[in-house]
Amino acid sequence: MTDGIADGVAHRKRHPARSPEVSAAIRSSFAVGLAVAAYGISFGALAVAAGLDVWQACVLSLLMFSGGSQFALVGVLATGGTAAGGAAIASAVLLGARNSLYALRVAPMIGPGVAKRLLAGHWTIDESTAVSTAQPTLTSQRAGFWWTGAIIYVGWNLTTLLGALIGDQLGDVSQYGLDAAAAAAFLGLLWPRLKQLQPIVVAVGAAVVAAVLMPVLPAGLPVLAATLVAVAVGLTNWLGTRESDLAEAEPDPMGER
Amino acid sequence: MTVWHIILIASIAVLALKLAGFTIPAAWAEKPTVARLANLLTVSLLAALIVVQTFGSARGFEVDARLPAVAVAAMLFSLRVPFIVVIIAAALVAAGIRALT
Repeated sequence: MTDGIADGVAHRKRHPARSPEVSAAIRSSFAVGLAVAAYGISFGALAVAAGLDVWQACVLSLLMFSGGSQFALVGVLATGGTAAGGAAIASAVLLGARNSLYALRVAPMIGPGVAKRLLAGHWTIDESTAVSTAQPTLTSQRAGFWWTGAIIYVGWNLTTLLGALIGDQLGDVSQYGLDAAAAAAFLGLLWPRLKQLQPIVVAVGAAVVAAVLMPVLPAGLPVLAATLVAVAVGLTNWLGTRESDLAEAEPDPMGER
Repeated sequence: MTVWHIILIASIAVLALKLAGFTIPAAWAEKPTVARLANLLTVSLLAALIVVQTFGSARGFEVDARLPAVAVAAMLFSLRVPFIVVIIAAALVAAGIRALT
């Protein structure tokens, strides 16, 4: 692209200074962002099915804005109700812990400025981190982060509202298989993380722990107990390698598959 | 605790974790144990949530139409079918089995 000539002609639409790298980053943002935003519909419908009202579903998407944590919160509330509130909060928070690591990676791209860093913090999720860190230059990393964050924030909140309104009309959700859809949603979030032996072993171990404890512990607690498998394997690095540590730290959203 | 309390406490905590990443020293991200724990924690929670959501019931543990639906979802994810399509397919399988039985 010969920007000098294009600028001279002065007919190059809105962004005469946009480099090919930045254009590519924005294209990735749309591809990932639109795909991911679409499943806000399933979140909205499941939240209402779990007993939340439309407003509560929307506040979760506006304020929490982290798909895994949101699905976890409504999943635990669906089985345990408000009595499982503590476990629901703990599940959502533990599942959100990975966002702290993403923020560490994204922070250097964002630069100074409190308001900018607050907004960037809010938009630090799997997808904005994945798209931005995949770009070759600082300006394209920035473009990838902000575009992906903005597209998903707007899209996720609109589709949450839409899903919640649809869920509100459905009534009995098991008739429509929405409970099975929730299980499939967790499977979809887990799937891209199962590329190494270590996480596969942890996933199987956690599943067994949860299944064994379900009949004996109150709702929500089996999920928390299962995290002990991750702590045990993580601290001892059983079945792990130095290479796998680095590979596993990479976020891998469904939208990019 | 009301549903609103649960939503607001959890949302603020999740947001605080994101913002914490902008304030703690970047060297933390380089620590393999920290990165590994964060990843495995995510894996263990998601795996446990799949089990609870697939088999959970008022009586504790129950096998029903959700299991074949999740099996179909696993097959479709392995074929790299897009997320939203898999979710809809899983719902349809469970709904179909329930309508027929």
